[in-house]
Amino acid sequence: MYQSETEMMVQGIDVEKVRNDFPLLTRTVYGKPLVYFDNAATSQKPTAVLDALEDYYRLYNSNVHRGVHSLSQEATEAYEGARKKVATFINAKKAEEIIFTRGTTESINLVAASFAKKFLKEGDVVLISAMEHHSNIVPWQMVCAEKGATLQVIAMNEFGELLMDDFARKLTCNVKIVSVTYVSNSLGTINPVGEIIRQAHEKNIPVLVDAAQAVVHLPIDVQALDADFLAFSGHKIYGPTGLGILYGKEEWLNALPPYQGGGEMIKTVSFEKTTYNELPYKFEAGTPDVAGAIGLGAAIDYVEQLGRDNVFSAEDELLAYAMRALQAVKGLRIVGPLSNRVGSISFLLENFHPFDVGEILDKQGIAVRTGHHCTQPVMDFFNIPGTVRASLAFYNTKAEIDKLVAGLEKARMLLG
Amino acid sequence: MSINELQDELIEEFAFFTDWMEKYELIIQLGKELPLIDEQFKTDDNIIRGCQSRVWLHPEFREGHMFFSADSDALITKGLVAMIVRVLSGHTPKEIVEADVYFIDKIGLRNHLSPTRSNGLLSMLKQMKLYAVAFQAQSLQH
Repeated sequence: MYQSETEMMVQGIDVEKVRNDFPLLTRTVYGKPLVYFDNAATSQKPTAVLDALEDYYRLYNSNVHRGVHSLSQEATEAYEGARKKVATFINAKKAEEIIFTRGTTESINLVAASFAKKFLKEGDVVLISAMEHHSNIVPWQMVCAEKGATLQVIAMNEFGELLMDDFARKLTCNVKIVSVTYVSNSLGTINPVGEIIRQAHEKNIPVLVDAAQAVVHLPIDVQALDADFLAFSGHKIYGPTGLGILYGKEEWLNALPPYQGGGEMIKTVSFEKTTYNELPYKFEAGTPDVAGAIGLGAAIDYVEQLGRDNVFSAEDELLAYAMRALQAVKGLRIVGPLSNRVGSISFLLENFHPFDVGEILDKQGIAVRTGHHCTQPVMDFFNIPGTVRASLAFYNTKAEIDKLVAGLEKARMLLG
Repeated sequence: MSINELQDELIEEFAFFTDWMEKYELIIQLGKELPLIDEQFKTDDNIIRGCQSRVWLHPEFREGHMFFSADSDALITKGLVAMIVRVLSGHTPKEIVEADVYFIDKIGLRNHLSPTRSNGLLSMLKQMKLYAVAFQAQSLQH
């Protein structure tokens, strides 16, 4: 086992103290203290977020934008305040460039559907990568099938790293949009999205960045990246489920036709003709998830209060410790890169089925994810049924990683 | 032995252990006794839906009785499959259709196995009963 004496204070984060901010972390599973390593699927929520949700429903619940009464104005201010917080958090030029959706999946579906409606035609190409989550594959497959366009895939190597020369080769003038993940949810790879965007822009091709995993572990600056679209989910960054973000450059969002029709997204409606509302409301049909947005705003405040740099460096140290500890486990094989990674660690133990390992870890109170992690093509590439995935958050401890290692030894005893 | 006697026998075997590790050891051990499916039947058609690990199941009908062979790529799943096969194999379609499979609950497996696993177990049971219904209908026609 590795020493855990530096546990208490990692780069400005007092782990024991921050753990108190997350009530769920105190619970037990099968009578054992919960060790939560499924953060890439969803993160736990701090009290600040839970309080914000409860305050909204208890004190000023009402529909936004339309009411003249005080409650509605309070709710609207909080809702629009959350939009501003998100804009600042990812350094968007304007709050209007932030669209509230149901999650990363809906954000990508929105862009795919609206972009295809106007810009995609027969013979065109949509370029994605070999390590995309199903939610960044299927929406594009659907619109490609509808329009007679082709989906092409940037290849990766056996370490789960994108082949940039393959990207350059496939970036032909037929490509109408590139859609890639910043960080792989199953492999943990950090992709060179800045370079991908630079090369695509040289040919005037827009790029959508799936930042579902990246937003929790890396500083996101959409202007520095020069991303045309960027999508993430609130629940992975300590906010509530059901609320996602689509960032789009103003000129792109103005160019796209609306996704869904209904209330909120219109300016005037008659039976003959409807004129659409301006950004961001053009893309927010119906009563939005007001509570979700306010909750995400509280989550962002919480992270900013801790300090993003503090959070990221605590995670870096934890990840380095976990990688060392896991690589020292006999018969354990990391699936994915050994460096330039963040968040998720996918691995296989001996030739045991990931489900067997996951099941035995669960019995010891250790929550990991097993299976294909919604990236079946990645598993096919490595010719494996799935992996065991431990994904870290800043509130995890080195002692928990030691427990994971001990848990794996127990799995070996049972399955070997 | 009847289906219920076989179930009670399994329940008794498990009652002996209180520690989850020992129970799992037994499950894995039972998996080794599973009549393995012939490679030619290990096809996509014979895969049980609802299992996150892969389970193949093949039924045979001989002299009025049904016999199951199966396999799984995960050891714990294979053990669970083996238990159901041990309880239901060698009985008539009528007995299988009418069987009340209570041992899963009694052993506490429905609660203690992860939901995806448990669902797989239940969909396998459903599939075995469907086969039994089909053989029952077939034998009525003859």
